[in-house]
Amino acid sequence: MNRPNPYLNDHWHVVAGNEAVASGQPFRTVLFDVPIIIQRLADGLRVTAALAPEKPLPVLERYGFIWTSLGTPMPLFEIPEYDEADRRNMNAGSLGVAVSAPRAIENFLDMGHFPYVHTDILGAEPHTEVKEYDVEVSAERGEVLATRCRFFQPRAATSSAGGQEVEYVYRVPHPYCSVLYKSCPSDENRRDVIAIFCQPVGEERIVAHMLQSLIDDVSTITDMRRFQQTIFGQDKPILENQYPKKLPLDPRAETPIRADKSAIAYRRWLSQMGVNYGVIPLVPRVADV
Amino acid sequence: MITLYDFELSGNCYKPRLLMSILGLTYETVPVDFYPGREHKSEAFLKLNPFGELPVLVDDGLVLRDSQAILIYLASKYDKTGQWYPLSDPAVLAEIAIWHDFANRITATASAARLGLSMFYDVDIEAAQAGAHQLFRLLDEHLWFGEREGRDWLCAPSHPTTADIACFPYVALSEEAGVPRQDYPAIRRWLDRVKRIPGFTVMSGVFPAGPAIEA
Repeated sequence: MNRPNPYLNDHWHVVAGNEAVASGQPFRTVLFDVPIIIQRLADGLRVTAALAPEKPLPVLERYGFIWTSLGTPMPLFEIPEYDEADRRNMNAGSLGVAVSAPRAIENFLDMGHFPYVHTDILGAEPHTEVKEYDVEVSAERGEVLATRCRFFQPRAATSSAGGQEVEYVYRVPHPYCSVLYKSCPSDENRRDVIAIFCQPVGEERIVAHMLQSLIDDVSTITDMRRFQQTIFGQDKPILENQYPKKLPLDPRAETPIRADKSAIAYRRWLSQMGVNYGVIPLVPRVADV
Repeated sequence: MITLYDFELSGNCYKPRLLMSILGLTYETVPVDFYPGREHKSEAFLKLNPFGELPVLVDDGLVLRDSQAILIYLASKYDKTGQWYPLSDPAVLAEIAIWHDFANRITATASAARLGLSMFYDVDIEAAQAGAHQLFRLLDEHLWFGEREGRDWLCAPSHPTTADIACFPYVALSEEAGVPRQDYPAIRRWLDRVKRIPGFTVMSGVFPAGPAIEA
Protein backbone atom coordinates (compact mmCIF):
# COMPACT_ATOMS: atom_id res chain seq x y z
CA MET A 1 0.00 0.00 0.00
CA ASN A 2 1.28 3.48 -0.88
CA ARG A 3 2.25 5.48 2.23
CA PRO A 4 2.27 9.31 2.34
CA ASN A 5 5.71 10.94 2.22
CA PRO A 6 7.04 12.70 5.38
CA TYR A 7 5.96 16.14 4.10
CA LEU A 8 2.33 14.98 3.93
CA ASN A 9 2.54 12.94 7.09
CA ASP A 10 3.82 15.88 9.13
CA HIS A 11 0.63 17.89 8.51
CA TRP A 12 -2.56 18.09 10.51
CA HIS A 13 -5.33 16.29 8.60
CA VAL A 14 -9.03 16.80 9.17
CA VAL A 15 -10.91 13.70 10.35
CA ALA A 16 -14.37 14.87 11.55
CA GLY A 17 -16.68 17.77 12.18
CA ASN A 18 -16.76 18.73 15.89
CA GLU A 19 -20.42 17.88 16.19
CA ALA A 20 -20.07 14.45 14.58
CA VAL A 21 -18.25 13.14 17.67
CA ALA A 22 -20.54 12.83 20.69
CA SER A 23 -19.35 11.87 24.18
CA GLY A 24 -19.47 8.18 24.95
CA GLN A 25 -19.83 7.26 21.30
CA PRO A 26 -16.59 6.24 19.53
CA PHE A 27 -16.44 7.75 16.03
CA ARG A 28 -14.73 5.61 13.40
CA THR A 29 -13.15 6.94 10.25
CA VAL A 30 -10.12 6.35 8.03
CA LEU A 31 -7.05 8.49 7.29
CA PHE A 32 -4.46 7.45 4.66
CA ASP A 33 -6.04 3.95 4.63
CA VAL A 34 -5.52 3.68 8.42
CA PRO A 35 -8.73 3.08 10.45
CA ILE A 36 -8.86 5.47 13.39
CA ILE A 37 -11.14 5.99 16.36
CA ILE A 38 -12.06 9.37 17.85
CA GLN A 39 -13.52 9.57 21.35
CA ARG A 40 -14.76 12.53 23.35
CA LEU A 41 -13.78 11.75 26.95
CA ALA A 42 -14.15 13.71 30.18
CA ASP A 43 -10.61 15.09 29.81
CA GLY A 44 -10.85 15.89 26.12
CA LEU A 45 -10.55 14.29 22.72
CA ARG A 46 -8.64 11.07 22.18
CA VAL A 47 -7.66 9.89 18.70
CA THR A 48 -5.99 6.53 18.12
CA ALA A 49 -5.32 4.18 15.26
CA ALA A 50 -7.78 1.29 15.61
CA LEU A 51 -4.89 -1.20 15.62
CA ALA A 52 -2.87 0.72 18.26
CA PRO A 53 -5.47 1.85 20.82
CA GLU A 54 -2.88 2.44 23.57
CA LYS A 55 -0.94 5.09 21.62
CA PRO A 56 -2.74 8.44 21.34
CA LEU A 57 -2.26 10.50 18.16
CA PRO A 58 -1.92 14.30 18.18
CA VAL A 59 -5.29 16.06 18.22
CA LEU A 60 -6.46 19.60 17.50
CA GLU A 61 -9.92 21.20 17.35
CA ARG A 62 -9.92 24.13 14.97
CA TYR A 63 -12.36 25.83 12.59
CA GLY A 64 -15.16 23.57 13.84
CA PHE A 65 -13.35 20.37 12.87
CA ILE A 66 -11.15 17.74 14.50
CA TRP A 67 -7.63 17.29 13.11
CA THR A 68 -4.99 14.64 13.74
CA SER A 69 -1.70 13.46 12.29
CA LEU A 70 0.16 10.21 11.74
CA GLY A 71 3.46 12.14 11.95
CA THR A 72 4.77 15.19 13.81
CA PRO A 73 2.48 17.96 12.59
CA MET A 74 3.72 21.42 11.66
CA PRO A 75 1.38 24.22 12.82
CA LEU A 76 -2.00 24.32 11.08
CA PHE A 77 -2.48 27.21 8.62
CA GLU A 78 -4.20 30.35 9.88
CA ILE A 79 -7.58 31.69 8.81
CA PRO A 80 -7.57 34.92 10.84
CA GLU A 81 -11.07 35.92 9.63
CA TYR A 82 -12.56 32.89 11.41
CA ASP A 83 -12.15 34.59 14.79
CA GLU A 84 -13.84 37.89 13.82
CA ALA A 85 -16.71 38.37 16.25
CA ASP A 86 -19.50 39.04 13.73
CA ARG A 87 -18.81 36.12 11.40
CA ARG A 88 -21.26 33.26 11.10
CA ASN A 89 -19.04 30.17 11.19
CA MET A 90 -20.48 26.82 10.23
CA ASN A 91 -19.63 23.33 9.18
CA ALA A 92 -21.50 23.11 5.87
CA GLY A 93 -21.20 19.34 5.82
CA SER A 94 -18.76 16.45 5.53
CA LEU A 95 -19.47 14.47 2.38
CA GLY A 96 -17.81 11.28 1.14
CA VAL A 97 -16.61 11.51 -2.46
CA ALA A 98 -14.98 8.92 -4.71
CA VAL A 99 -12.08 11.11 -5.85
CA SER A 100 -8.50 11.90 -4.81
CA ALA A 101 -7.93 14.91 -2.56
CA PRO A 102 -5.85 16.82 -5.17
CA ARG A 103 -8.56 16.45 -7.85
CA ALA A 104 -11.08 17.93 -5.39
CA ILE A 105 -8.76 20.85 -4.61
CA GLU A 106 -8.23 21.52 -8.31
CA ASN A 107 -11.97 21.60 -8.91
CA PHE A 108 -12.35 24.04 -6.01
CA LEU A 109 -9.79 26.33 -7.69
CA ASP A 110 -11.42 26.17 -11.12
CA MET A 111 -13.73 28.96 -12.30
CA GLY A 112 -14.13 27.73 -15.87
CA HIS A 113 -16.87 25.24 -14.95
CA PHE A 114 -19.14 27.72 -13.13
CA PRO A 115 -21.59 28.50 -15.99
CA TYR A 116 -21.92 24.84 -16.99
CA VAL A 117 -22.03 23.03 -13.65
CA HIS A 118 -23.43 25.74 -11.35
CA THR A 119 -25.78 27.23 -13.95
CA ASP A 120 -27.62 30.38 -12.84
CA ILE A 121 -25.89 30.34 -9.45
CA LEU A 122 -22.12 30.77 -9.77
CA GLY A 123 -22.19 31.39 -13.53
CA ALA A 124 -24.36 31.64 -16.63
CA GLU A 125 -23.81 31.70 -20.35
CA PRO A 126 -22.69 33.83 -22.16
CA HIS A 127 -20.48 35.04 -19.25
CA THR A 128 -18.02 32.16 -19.62
CA GLU A 129 -14.67 33.93 -19.83
CA VAL A 130 -12.12 33.35 -17.08
CA LYS A 131 -10.27 36.67 -17.09
CA GLU A 132 -6.52 36.89 -16.56
CA TYR A 133 -5.57 36.43 -12.89
CA ASP A 134 -2.35 36.23 -10.87
CA VAL A 135 -0.82 33.18 -9.21
CA GLU A 136 2.16 32.95 -6.92
CA VAL A 137 3.65 30.20 -4.80
CA SER A 138 4.97 31.43 -1.51
CA ALA A 139 7.68 28.95 -0.57
CA GLU A 140 8.15 30.68 2.79
CA ARG A 141 4.52 30.28 3.86
CA GLY A 142 4.19 27.06 1.86
CA GLU A 143 1.09 28.07 -0.02
CA VAL A 144 -0.31 28.75 -3.47
CA LEU A 145 -2.11 32.08 -3.85
CA ALA A 146 -4.37 33.12 -6.76
CA THR A 147 -5.53 36.73 -6.77
CA ARG A 148 -7.55 39.12 -8.97
CA CYS A 149 -9.88 36.29 -10.00
CA ARG A 150 -13.11 37.81 -11.30
CA PHE A 151 -16.28 36.17 -12.51
CA PHE A 152 -19.84 37.22 -13.23
CA GLN A 153 -22.17 35.36 -10.86
CA PRO A 154 -25.99 35.39 -11.04
CA ARG A 155 -26.35 34.37 -7.35
CA ALA A 156 -23.01 34.46 -5.56
CA ALA A 157 -24.34 33.66 -2.06
CA THR A 158 -27.51 33.08 -0.03
CA SER A 159 -27.52 36.83 0.65
CA SER A 160 -27.33 37.89 -3.04
CA ALA A 161 -30.03 40.16 -4.43
CA GLY A 162 -28.96 39.70 -8.05
CA GLY A 163 -26.05 39.12 -10.42
CA GLN A 164 -22.69 40.75 -9.77
CA GLU A 165 -19.05 40.60 -10.83
CA VAL A 166 -17.45 38.75 -7.95
CA GLU A 167 -13.79 38.87 -7.00
CA TYR A 168 -12.11 35.78 -5.60
CA VAL A 169 -8.83 35.10 -3.83
CA TYR A 170 -7.82 31.47 -3.48
CA ARG A 171 -5.29 30.15 -0.99
CA VAL A 172 -3.97 26.59 -0.96
CA PRO A 173 -2.16 26.59 2.41
CA HIS A 174 -2.08 22.79 2.77
CA PRO A 175 -1.72 20.09 0.09
CA TYR A 176 -5.34 18.97 0.67
CA CYS A 177 -7.04 22.19 1.86
CA SER A 178 -8.09 25.37 0.12
CA VAL A 179 -9.53 28.63 1.41
CA LEU A 180 -11.51 30.95 -0.81
CA TYR A 181 -12.27 34.63 -0.17
CA LYS A 182 -15.06 36.12 -2.24
CA SER A 183 -16.82 39.49 -2.42
CA CYS A 184 -19.49 39.63 0.22
CA PRO A 185 -22.91 40.67 -1.16
CA SER A 186 -23.89 42.41 2.11
CA ASP A 187 -20.63 44.34 2.80
CA GLU A 188 -18.44 45.56 -0.04
CA ASN A 189 -15.41 46.05 2.23
CA ARG A 190 -15.23 42.50 3.47
CA ARG A 191 -15.01 39.01 2.08
CA ASP A 192 -16.89 35.81 2.76
CA VAL A 193 -14.65 32.82 3.50
CA ILE A 194 -15.41 29.33 2.21
CA ALA A 195 -12.95 26.49 2.73
CA ILE A 196 -12.69 22.88 1.71
CA PHE A 197 -10.65 20.53 3.91
CA CYS A 198 -10.13 17.15 2.27
CA GLN A 199 -9.63 14.11 4.46
CA PRO A 200 -7.68 11.52 2.47
CA VAL A 201 -9.54 8.33 3.37
CA GLY A 202 -7.65 6.51 0.62
CA GLU A 203 -5.84 7.61 -2.49
CA GLU A 204 -9.09 7.73 -4.45
CA ARG A 205 -11.64 8.46 -1.72
CA ILE A 206 -12.04 11.54 0.46
CA VAL A 207 -14.35 13.14 2.93
CA ALA A 208 -14.82 16.75 1.81
CA HIS A 209 -15.32 18.88 4.93
CA MET A 210 -16.71 22.33 4.17
CA LEU A 211 -16.34 25.43 6.30
CA GLN A 212 -18.25 28.66 5.75
CA SER A 213 -17.37 31.88 7.60
CA LEU A 214 -19.82 34.46 6.30
CA ILE A 215 -20.93 38.03 6.85
CA ASP A 216 -24.68 37.55 6.76
CA ASP A 217 -26.93 38.37 9.67
CA VAL A 218 -30.14 37.58 7.80
CA SER A 219 -29.97 34.00 6.49
CA THR A 220 -30.34 31.00 8.77
CA ILE A 221 -27.53 28.47 9.18
CA THR A 222 -29.80 25.95 7.42
CA ASP A 223 -30.17 28.30 4.42
CA MET A 224 -26.44 28.94 4.20
CA ARG A 225 -25.60 25.24 4.50
CA ARG A 226 -28.16 24.45 1.82
CA PHE A 227 -26.54 26.92 -0.57
CA GLN A 228 -23.09 25.33 -0.19
CA GLN A 229 -24.46 21.76 -0.35
CA THR A 230 -26.36 22.60 -3.52
CA ILE A 231 -23.11 23.78 -5.10
CA PHE A 232 -21.05 20.85 -3.88
CA GLY A 233 -23.78 18.38 -4.87
CA GLN A 234 -23.42 19.70 -8.43
CA ASP A 235 -19.64 19.21 -8.37
CA LYS A 236 -19.84 15.69 -6.96
CA PRO A 237 -20.70 13.73 -10.14
CA ILE A 238 -18.08 15.71 -12.06
CA LEU A 239 -15.43 14.85 -9.46
CA GLU A 240 -16.41 11.20 -9.33
CA ASN A 241 -16.22 10.85 -13.10
CA GLN A 242 -12.70 12.23 -13.48
CA TYR A 243 -10.23 9.79 -14.91
CA PRO A 244 -7.67 8.95 -13.70
CA LYS A 245 -8.92 9.63 -10.18
CA LYS A 246 -5.40 10.46 -9.03
CA LEU A 247 -3.99 13.80 -10.13
CA PRO A 248 -1.21 13.47 -12.72
CA LEU A 249 1.75 15.71 -11.86
CA ASP A 250 3.46 15.38 -15.23
CA PRO A 251 2.68 18.68 -16.99
CA ARG A 252 2.34 16.76 -20.25
CA ALA A 253 -0.26 14.31 -18.91
CA GLU A 254 -3.23 16.65 -19.39
CA THR A 255 -3.70 19.73 -21.55
CA PRO A 256 -4.21 22.89 -19.51
CA ILE A 257 -5.70 26.13 -20.84
CA ARG A 258 -4.91 29.66 -19.65
CA ALA A 259 -7.71 29.50 -17.07
CA ASP A 260 -5.89 26.58 -15.40
CA LYS A 261 -2.97 28.74 -14.25
CA SER A 262 -3.69 28.06 -10.57
CA ALA A 263 -3.97 24.32 -11.21
CA ILE A 264 -0.60 24.32 -12.96
CA ALA A 265 1.01 26.10 -9.99
CA TYR A 266 -0.70 23.69 -7.58
CA ARG A 267 0.53 20.61 -9.45
CA ARG A 268 4.08 22.00 -9.62
CA TRP A 269 4.03 22.77 -5.89
CA LEU A 270 2.83 19.22 -5.04
CA SER A 271 5.65 17.88 -7.20
CA GLN A 272 8.25 20.06 -5.49
CA MET A 273 7.08 18.91 -2.06
CA GLY A 274 7.33 15.28 -3.14
CA VAL A 275 3.61 14.67 -2.56
CA ASN A 276 3.04 11.05 -3.52
CA TYR A 277 -0.46 10.17 -2.29
CA GLY A 278 -3.56 10.77 -4.43
CA VAL A 279 -1.32 11.76 -7.33
CA ILE A 280 0.50 10.12 -10.23
CA PRO A 281 4.03 11.39 -9.54
CA LEU A 282 6.19 12.88 -12.24
CA VAL A 283 8.61 10.23 -13.40
CA PRO A 284 11.60 11.59 -15.34
CA ARG A 285 11.63 10.12 -18.83
CA VAL A 286 14.77 8.56 -20.24
CA ALA A 287 15.04 11.32 -22.84
CA ASP A 288 15.07 14.00 -20.09
CA VAL A 289 17.82 12.50 -17.94
CA MET B 1 -50.09 27.97 -0.76
CA ILE B 2 -48.31 24.60 -0.93
CA THR B 3 -45.35 24.23 1.44
CA LEU B 4 -42.61 21.63 0.97
CA TYR B 5 -40.26 20.67 3.81
CA ASP B 6 -37.22 19.93 1.76
CA PHE B 7 -33.56 18.88 1.67
CA GLU B 8 -31.73 19.70 -1.56
CA LEU B 9 -29.66 16.50 -1.80
CA SER B 10 -32.61 14.16 -1.15
CA GLY B 11 -34.01 12.22 -4.11
CA ASN B 12 -37.28 11.69 -2.26
CA CYS B 13 -37.67 15.46 -1.85
CA TYR B 14 -36.82 15.87 -5.53
CA LYS B 15 -39.90 13.80 -6.53
CA PRO B 16 -42.49 16.43 -5.49
CA ARG B 17 -40.23 19.28 -6.70
CA LEU B 18 -40.07 17.61 -10.10
CA LEU B 19 -43.81 16.98 -10.40
CA MET B 20 -44.69 20.48 -9.17
CA SER B 21 -42.29 21.95 -11.74
CA ILE B 22 -43.88 19.88 -14.53
CA LEU B 23 -47.41 20.85 -13.39
CA GLY B 24 -46.35 24.51 -13.15
CA LEU B 25 -47.32 24.81 -9.46
CA THR B 26 -45.82 27.47 -7.23
CA TYR B 27 -44.86 26.45 -3.72
CA GLU B 28 -42.88 27.57 -0.75
CA THR B 29 -39.80 25.69 0.44
CA VAL B 30 -38.85 25.20 4.09
CA PRO B 31 -35.25 23.91 4.09
CA VAL B 32 -34.63 21.16 6.63
CA ASP B 33 -31.05 20.52 7.77
CA PHE B 34 -31.11 16.75 7.19
CA TYR B 35 -27.31 16.55 7.14
CA PRO B 36 -25.27 17.31 9.14
CA GLY B 37 -27.95 18.84 11.42
CA ARG B 38 -30.33 15.80 11.61
CA GLU B 39 -33.16 18.32 11.93
CA HIS B 40 -35.67 15.72 10.67
CA LYS B 41 -35.20 13.92 13.99
CA SER B 42 -35.70 17.09 16.07
CA GLU B 43 -38.67 17.39 18.40
CA ALA B 44 -40.21 20.18 16.34
CA PHE B 45 -40.01 18.20 13.11
CA LEU B 46 -41.28 14.98 14.71
CA LYS B 47 -44.45 16.87 15.61
CA LEU B 48 -44.96 17.46 11.90
CA ASN B 49 -43.97 13.94 10.87
CA PRO B 50 -43.63 11.37 13.67
CA PHE B 51 -41.79 9.09 11.20
CA GLY B 52 -38.91 11.60 11.12
CA GLU B 53 -38.61 11.47 7.34
CA LEU B 54 -38.54 13.91 4.45
CA PRO B 55 -40.31 15.20 2.47
CA VAL B 56 -43.42 16.63 4.09
CA LEU B 57 -45.97 18.59 2.10
CA VAL B 58 -48.54 20.90 3.63
CA ASP B 59 -51.47 22.13 1.55
CA ASP B 60 -54.62 23.79 2.84
CA GLY B 61 -53.97 22.47 6.34
CA LEU B 62 -53.42 18.93 5.11
CA VAL B 63 -50.07 17.49 6.26
CA LEU B 64 -48.73 14.71 4.05
CA ARG B 65 -45.63 12.53 4.35
CA ASP B 66 -44.23 9.84 2.01
CA SER B 67 -43.00 10.97 -1.39
CA GLN B 68 -45.26 8.65 -3.41
CA ALA B 69 -48.36 9.64 -1.37
CA ILE B 70 -47.46 13.26 -2.10
CA LEU B 71 -47.17 12.55 -5.85
CA ILE B 72 -50.61 10.89 -5.83
CA TYR B 73 -52.13 13.84 -4.00
CA LEU B 74 -50.55 16.51 -6.21
CA ALA B 75 -51.43 14.77 -9.46
CA SER B 76 -55.00 13.96 -8.38
CA LYS B 77 -55.67 17.47 -7.19
CA TYR B 78 -53.75 19.70 -9.58
CA ASP B 79 -53.10 17.88 -12.88
CA LYS B 80 -55.74 19.25 -15.24
CA THR B 81 -54.82 16.72 -17.95
CA GLY B 82 -55.65 13.82 -15.63
CA GLN B 83 -52.75 11.89 -17.15
CA TRP B 84 -50.20 11.77 -14.35
CA TYR B 85 -52.46 9.73 -12.07
CA PRO B 86 -55.48 8.67 -14.17
CA LEU B 87 -58.20 8.27 -11.56
CA SER B 88 -60.69 6.74 -13.99
CA ASP B 89 -58.44 3.92 -15.18
CA PRO B 90 -58.16 1.10 -12.58
CA ALA B 91 -55.65 -0.95 -14.58
CA VAL B 92 -53.23 1.95 -14.89
CA LEU B 93 -53.65 2.87 -11.21
CA ALA B 94 -52.72 -0.68 -10.26
CA GLU B 95 -49.67 -0.53 -12.54
CA ILE B 96 -48.64 2.76 -10.94
CA ALA B 97 -48.95 1.18 -7.48
CA ILE B 98 -46.52 -1.55 -8.56
CA TRP B 99 -43.94 1.03 -9.67
CA HIS B 100 -44.44 3.22 -6.62
CA ASP B 101 -43.56 0.14 -4.56
CA PHE B 102 -40.58 -0.46 -6.86
CA ALA B 103 -39.46 3.12 -6.16
CA ASN B 104 -39.37 2.31 -2.46
CA ARG B 105 -37.22 -0.73 -3.17
CA ILE B 106 -34.83 1.52 -5.11
CA THR B 107 -34.75 3.82 -2.07
CA ALA B 108 -33.94 0.86 0.20
CA THR B 109 -30.98 -0.15 -2.00
CA ALA B 110 -29.54 2.54 -4.32
CA SER B 111 -30.41 5.42 -2.00
CA ALA B 112 -29.17 3.53 1.07
CA ALA B 113 -25.80 2.86 -0.58
CA ARG B 114 -25.55 6.55 -1.53
CA LEU B 115 -26.26 7.63 2.07
CA GLY B 116 -23.69 5.13 3.34
CA LEU B 117 -21.01 6.40 0.96
CA SER B 118 -21.64 10.14 1.15
CA MET B 119 -23.19 10.76 4.60
CA PHE B 120 -21.82 7.73 6.49
CA TYR B 121 -25.11 6.06 7.34
CA ASP B 122 -24.63 2.66 8.89
CA VAL B 123 -25.48 0.58 5.81
CA ASP B 124 -24.18 -2.68 4.33
CA ILE B 125 -23.04 -0.86 1.20
CA GLU B 126 -22.15 -3.93 -0.88
CA ALA B 127 -25.47 -5.63 -0.14
CA ALA B 128 -27.35 -2.43 -0.99
CA GLN B 129 -25.42 -2.09 -4.29
CA ALA B 130 -26.10 -5.72 -5.20
CA GLY B 131 -29.79 -5.17 -4.46
CA ALA B 132 -29.84 -2.08 -6.67
CA HIS B 133 -28.26 -4.03 -9.56
CA GLN B 134 -30.97 -6.71 -9.27
CA LEU B 135 -33.67 -4.05 -9.48
CA PHE B 136 -31.94 -2.22 -12.33
CA ARG B 137 -31.76 -5.47 -14.32
CA LEU B 138 -35.55 -5.89 -13.94
CA LEU B 139 -36.15 -2.25 -14.79
CA ASP B 140 -33.90 -2.37 -17.85
CA GLU B 141 -35.68 -5.46 -19.20
CA HIS B 142 -39.10 -3.93 -18.60
CA LEU B 143 -38.07 -0.77 -20.46
CA TRP B 144 -36.25 -2.65 -23.24
CA PHE B 145 -39.27 -4.83 -24.04
CA GLY B 146 -41.46 -1.73 -23.71
CA GLU B 147 -39.45 0.02 -26.41
CA ARG B 148 -39.99 -3.00 -28.69
CA GLU B 149 -43.75 -2.63 -28.12
CA GLY B 150 -43.72 1.13 -28.63
CA ARG B 151 -44.06 1.91 -24.90
CA ASP B 152 -41.74 4.71 -23.72
CA TRP B 153 -42.75 4.87 -20.05
CA LEU B 154 -43.07 2.55 -17.07
CA CYS B 155 -46.83 2.10 -17.39
CA ALA B 156 -49.03 1.31 -20.39
CA PRO B 157 -50.24 4.82 -21.40
CA SER B 158 -48.46 6.75 -24.14
CA HIS B 159 -47.50 9.44 -21.62
CA PRO B 160 -45.52 9.44 -18.36
CA THR B 161 -47.24 8.95 -14.98
CA THR B 162 -46.25 9.47 -11.35
CA ALA B 163 -44.57 6.04 -11.60
CA ASP B 164 -41.85 7.58 -13.80
CA ILE B 165 -41.37 10.49 -11.39
CA ALA B 166 -41.17 8.13 -8.39
CA CYS B 167 -38.51 5.88 -9.93
CA PHE B 168 -36.41 8.57 -11.63
CA PRO B 169 -34.38 10.27 -8.84
CA TYR B 170 -32.45 7.42 -7.25
CA VAL B 171 -31.85 5.75 -10.62
CA ALA B 172 -30.46 9.05 -11.95
CA LEU B 173 -28.27 9.41 -8.82
CA SER B 174 -27.08 5.79 -8.84
CA GLU B 175 -23.44 6.58 -9.68
CA GLU B 176 -23.21 8.33 -6.31
CA ALA B 177 -24.27 4.99 -4.83
CA GLY B 178 -21.44 3.24 -6.67
CA VAL B 179 -23.98 1.65 -9.04
CA PRO B 180 -22.96 2.49 -12.63
CA ARG B 181 -25.52 2.26 -15.44
CA GLN B 182 -23.25 1.06 -18.28
CA ASP B 183 -25.04 -2.28 -18.45
CA TYR B 184 -28.53 -0.79 -18.59
CA PRO B 185 -28.97 0.94 -21.98
CA ALA B 186 -32.77 1.01 -21.84
CA ILE B 187 -32.61 2.68 -18.42
CA ARG B 188 -30.29 5.34 -19.83
CA ARG B 189 -32.68 6.07 -22.72
CA TRP B 190 -35.64 6.27 -20.32
CA LEU B 191 -33.73 8.71 -18.06
CA ASP B 192 -33.20 10.96 -21.08
CA ARG B 193 -36.90 10.76 -21.99
CA VAL B 194 -37.86 11.84 -18.44
CA LYS B 195 -35.35 14.70 -18.71
CA ARG B 196 -37.11 15.91 -21.87
CA ILE B 197 -40.59 16.16 -20.29
CA PRO B 198 -41.65 19.83 -20.56
CA GLY B 199 -41.14 21.52 -17.19
CA PHE B 200 -38.42 19.07 -16.10
CA THR B 201 -36.08 20.48 -13.47
CA VAL B 202 -32.74 19.25 -12.10
CA MET B 203 -31.38 18.70 -8.60
CA SER B 204 -27.73 18.71 -7.49
CA GLY B 205 -26.22 15.57 -9.01
CA VAL B 206 -28.67 15.35 -11.94
CA PHE B 207 -27.81 17.12 -15.18
CA PRO B 208 -30.28 18.06 -17.94
CA ALA B 209 -30.37 16.22 -21.28
CA GLY B 210 -29.90 17.95 -24.61
CA PRO B 211 -32.72 17.90 -27.14
CA ALA B 212 -33.42 14.56 -28.83
CA ILE B 213 -32.22 14.11 -32.42
CA GLU B 214 -35.22 14.00 -34.75
CA ALA B 215 -35.58 10.51 -36.20
